[in-house]
Amino acid sequence: MDVPRSAPRMRVGVDIASAADVRESIETFGDRYLDRIFTPHEREVCQGPIDRMATRLAARFAAKEAVIKVLRPHAAAPNWRCMEVRTDSAGWSDLVLTGAAHEMAQAAELRDFSLSMSHDHDVATAVVVAVQEGT
Amino acid sequence: MSNEDKVREVLTEQGKLPGNVAELGIDDDLYQAGLTSHASVNVMLAIEDEFDIEFPDEMLKKSTFASIAAIDAAVQQIQSES
Repeated sequence: MDVPRSAPRMRVGVDIASAADVRESIETFGDRYLDRIFTPHEREVCQGPIDRMATRLAARFAAKEAVIKVLRPHAAAPNWRCMEVRTDSAGWSDLVLTGAAHEMAQAAELRDFSLSMSHDHDVATAVVVAVQEGT
Repeated sequence: MSNEDKVREVLTEQGKLPGNVAELGIDDDLYQAGLTSHASVNVMLAIEDEFDIEFPDEMLKKSTFASIAAIDAAVQQIQSES
């Protein structure tokens, strides 16, 4: 079946991350690891017992990697902190792109990024979709 | 211990590669060998500890950690600029 010409073109990215790996990195490298990857907001939202924190941060790491798959950079990927998962008081999350990630999204005419995350025991996953204009 | 040996040691400890690091050539693709994005973060932090350096943001790209030779070259570049 032909896609209607008015239908927007979408890009999708998905990634999976291990909470155990994130926990191990926190225990090995501490704040140096956390500061390199996560924003202050993300760290604040994920505060709690280490296992819970690692699971929630793993979902956010997966989200950042999913964003990279949507952006499809040809050279350097944006800094992880340029791709922030913003979580509201009800627990729902959206993406905020800044710096190089924002510039790449603009260059590729990508807008309306949307995010969904999930986790089960050790495994966390995230899916990101965006609308591509001008296609 | 040479820089290459130190990089191999870090990869063995932090790379979570399924195969034997000693059997990798210096130009072999580490991502093809099983290096994940998350493990590359650990490799980066451990390299910083091993060589007492800090990777600037502009060097935090996939190609920097694509091979033993690439990591060695990045370390040398940072050391030469400090």
